[in-house]
Amino acid sequence: MAKISPKRTPMQEQAPQVRRHNFDEVPFGYTPEEAKTEAQRCLQCKKPGCVAGCPVQVDIPGFIRQIAEGNFLEAMKVMKRTNVLPAICGRVCPQEVQCEGACVLGKKMEPVAIGNLERFIADWEATQPECVQCEIMPPTGKKVAIIGAGPAGLTVAGDMRKLGHEVTIFEALHKPGGVLMYGIPEFRLPKAIVEREVNFVRSMGVKLELNYVVGKLKTIDELLNEFDAVFVGTGAGLPLFMNIPGENYLGVYSANEYLTRSNLMKAYLFPEYDTPIVRGKNVAVVGGGNVAMDAARTALRLGAERSILIYRRSREEMPARAAEIHHAEEEGVEFQLLTNPVRYLADENGWVREVECIRMELGEPDSSGRRRPVPIPGSEFRIPVDTVVIAIGNSPNPLIPQTTPGLEVSRRGTIVVEPETGRTSKKGVFAGGDIVTGAATVILAMGAGRIAARSMDEYLRTGKW
Amino acid sequence: MVKILKKEILASGVKRFELDAPEIARKAQPGQFVVLRINEQGERIPLTIADARLDDGVLVIVFQEVGKSTMLLGTLEPGDLIMDLIGPLGKPTEIERFGTVVCVAGGVGTPEIYPVARALKQAGNRVIGIIGFRSRELVLMEPEMRQVVDELLVCTDDGSYGTKGLVTDMLQKVIDRGERIDRCFAVGPVIMMKMVSLLTKKYGIPTIVSLNPIMLDATGMCGVCRVEVDGETKFACVDGPEFDGHKVNFDLLMARLKTYVREERQAVELFRQARAGCQGSNKGGA
Repeated sequence: MAKISPKRTPMQEQAPQVRRHNFDEVPFGYTPEEAKTEAQRCLQCKKPGCVAGCPVQVDIPGFIRQIAEGNFLEAMKVMKRTNVLPAICGRVCPQEVQCEGACVLGKKMEPVAIGNLERFIADWEATQPECVQCEIMPPTGKKVAIIGAGPAGLTVAGDMRKLGHEVTIFEALHKPGGVLMYGIPEFRLPKAIVEREVNFVRSMGVKLELNYVVGKLKTIDELLNEFDAVFVGTGAGLPLFMNIPGENYLGVYSANEYLTRSNLMKAYLFPEYDTPIVRGKNVAVVGGGNVAMDAARTALRLGAERSILIYRRSREEMPARAAEIHHAEEEGVEFQLLTNPVRYLADENGWVREVECIRMELGEPDSSGRRRPVPIPGSEFRIPVDTVVIAIGNSPNPLIPQTTPGLEVSRRGTIVVEPETGRTSKKGVFAGGDIVTGAATVILAMGAGRIAARSMDEYLRTGKW
Repeated sequence: MVKILKKEILASGVKRFELDAPEIARKAQPGQFVVLRINEQGERIPLTIADARLDDGVLVIVFQEVGKSTMLLGTLEPGDLIMDLIGPLGKPTEIERFGTVVCVAGGVGTPEIYPVARALKQAGNRVIGIIGFRSRELVLMEPEMRQVVDELLVCTDDGSYGTKGLVTDMLQKVIDRGERIDRCFAVGPVIMMKMVSLLTKKYGIPTIVSLNPIMLDATGMCGVCRVEVDGETKFACVDGPEFDGHKVNFDLLMARLKTYVREERQAVELFRQARAGCQGSNKGGA
């Protein structure tokens, strides 16, 4: 066997100075040759740590071996046994702390680029005349309702359909995909790719009811009259604000609004598309997570001269993926670390004009284990801005809990479930994803969906709660 | 896809559509709204539900052509399809037997207050209606309103129809008659709701207003519709759209409504040019 290259095969991408002006996807993906080269680095471990590190247990060595041998179709078949959303996962999973984080090569050199390979094989399939179909078990006669067509809901839908159940997804927005559609920008996850993977789930026979707000049009109790089980995957949709003076001035957005305008409504194409968005020259984004990076990079693409990220802790504590921080920095996003906004100032028309910030220092660790940021008295200073995006997180959407008697909810507003089954306090109702955990990642929501689907299937077969 | 069943022009630039939307019609209650999106490029526009019929599953919307989207909507005809319709959204009006209530509406607020007035009447209230318009050609739904209230006062700013004056002048007259008013409902332009609320506050009359901030998803996800009520930020789409008029920061609402004035103007201009261009080329081709 040839000596293993210590470095992973790099993926070509758009140069920072070019991509900061367009919404096209940043990396170009592997060529088949690059994919094979990278796949050949895999040691095919007998006890693969990568699979254990994957929330949906993709047979990683299995699909990589097929790529290494050039059997791309076989590789896709292996993939689809466990994951019907590979083009999405290959792009947005935090592989560095999951599969790749557990790769044995990582101890001495760079781990296998599992995410890149997953993305490659899914994109390869898209270029083929036909896509790999999943095996569907004979009809069970059981009907399942899924609320929310985001990552959790789509995973449950795929799994339950494969098991032969009749599946209907109810989605409040006019497009399926949830955060994949409204939250993650085109340059990180092209919407055509989301549409293709959602269409694949549809092609399995999953019904999709769009523009359907459960809790308003029908309650869960009403759905339980028609369906044998219900899965709630409504996500963490309620944006948090800091409740500091001036937050309602014109030009101050929640990240959800800013990104929904740009991604779901395609406001970056205004006036070809009808939804407008403010194209600020000096944009401040408050927060340090992936959503904050997405907003700061979107601002650049909308024509901002300065896109400034304001984060109250230091770089080490930033919850965003290292790759996202790196991409943002390369594109010219400025970081104001250990800094927190205290108030906004506006012009005579109520438009935000300045953000007043205070410098922070790190004190003792708090409940999250990270060192608590403490304001430094007298360190206030102002940054001129015309647009502000607040990206400090979301809390769960309260619509379902409010309209579902008997559904236990935590003090934070999340739905309480048994972690190993996804069962809620209400018979026949399961839940998973951000509505249970609070805002987390796409793949964790998918993992929760997988767990819920398994126990939902058992409930439907045995009737035991 | 939702089909337009019937179209009526109620007044200059004000149109009424009957939509085939049985599921929404079955659940709709007074005070709630829908969001619609005309086509793939369309924005999501919130519109108050003007009526909902259980027997034939019809949902009624009334809109004024004020921007590109409503202008485009106005060009649609019966049989045409609207791509997306979402609802019913928002909290319904709190309907109780209050005693004597006054329902005040300005302009296209009239079709919005109509189902509220009717429900209040059905709940056993004595309902006084006040509807105001800029001038005679903008008067709408007067006969319908008359049917659901005990007394209807109509006014126009220029006196070309009904009494000359503003709805607040009419409300002042009703208050001056000395009868007890248990609750007031106001729907219409922000400035009108503000003036009504200032007036009723003087007399301690509880007042409910229906707010119309900019909305996007209208399910609580984006927060663009945030309004200040009693010093606290609320999301009009899920916490409202109705609030205590004595506690609403109307000035903030008015300012926030102007966020996209420039883009709205640009869109209207392009829409007009495109319409003119297409009519011109039709002539040329004939």
